[in-house]
Amino acid sequence: MRSAERRILRDGVAIGVAVGVIGASFGVLARTAGIDPLMACAMSALIFTGGSQFLAVTVVASGGGILAAVIGGLLLSARHIPFGLSLAPVLRGSLAKRLLSSQLVIDESTAFALSQPTPELGRRAFYTVGITLFCCWQAGTALGAFAGGAIGDPAAMGIDAAFPAGLLALMTPRLRHPDARVAALTGAGLALAATPLLPAGAPILLAGLGVFAGLAIRRDGGR
Amino acid sequence: MTWPALVIIALGTYAMKAAGPVVLGSRTLPDRIVALFGLLAVTLLAALVAVSTFADGRSLSLDARAVGVAAAAVAIRLGAPFVAVVVLAAATAAAVRALGG
Repeated sequence: MRSAERRILRDGVAIGVAVGVIGASFGVLARTAGIDPLMACAMSALIFTGGSQFLAVTVVASGGGILAAVIGGLLLSARHIPFGLSLAPVLRGSLAKRLLSSQLVIDESTAFALSQPTPELGRRAFYTVGITLFCCWQAGTALGAFAGGAIGDPAAMGIDAAFPAGLLALMTPRLRHPDARVAALTGAGLALAATPLLPAGAPILLAGLGVFAGLAIRRDGGR
Repeated sequence: MTWPALVIIALGTYAMKAAGPVVLGSRTLPDRIVALFGLLAVTLLAALVAVSTFADGRSLSLDARAVGVAAAAVAIRLGAPFVAVVVLAAATAAAVRALGG
């Protein structure tokens, strides 16, 4: 048990720091899109979910309009409802504690917590990643937004490949179960198929239907 | 981006993050239901990985990003630690771009 806890602390801090670099690329993107650095920092502190932040800034920068940015950002954020529900065994405690912890519910903390074998380790994983990532995300955003010119072009450094790669690494332990694998692949396929057809943010929600493919496998006795 | 838009996205996102922890509280859900939400969460995460690897706005593209993520997938398969996976993905994508890919 002790070594499992040490591993979670070590990996959790590494995850938080690595993803903080993506926060810097958000700051640079916001700056390039002409968004005030203070506003970029406020987005990272108050919205605190990379996906919706990138989506909103990209939509505005490409002339999509504020309304499209708000709708897209909220659609993409809707995935946090099942994230929060699946984390219920992990996020126990007083109402105040749960209200505070809720802001830390993000892709990486959810994926890392759900990949742990017990709720106790899941809780440790959730808070280690959540708190480290929150701090690094703010520092990264500020660095990118205020000093973006000195950092260079995030795309040239391949930062855009870091987010999906990191998320894939975090969720891989869950994919050992056949039902999760089938649900994940179906969801990914649905989201890609829907990308050209639906407004930004919506394909991820549609992907939720992939769960039924996973449940069918489970009923077949796959697990 | 405007301040009202920012506040609406932030409040909406927070409400969705907090819905589970606040409504469920310390109640214990049946294992079946918890497993179902877990499956849904993994499905949505997988979709997010796919979209952020292949989507470019509303079109799909196979570019340096996908090469980077493919390299990462191989590293994950080989049991590489998290930071190595992320650095490899970024370095691969950067190298492909530098070579004009």
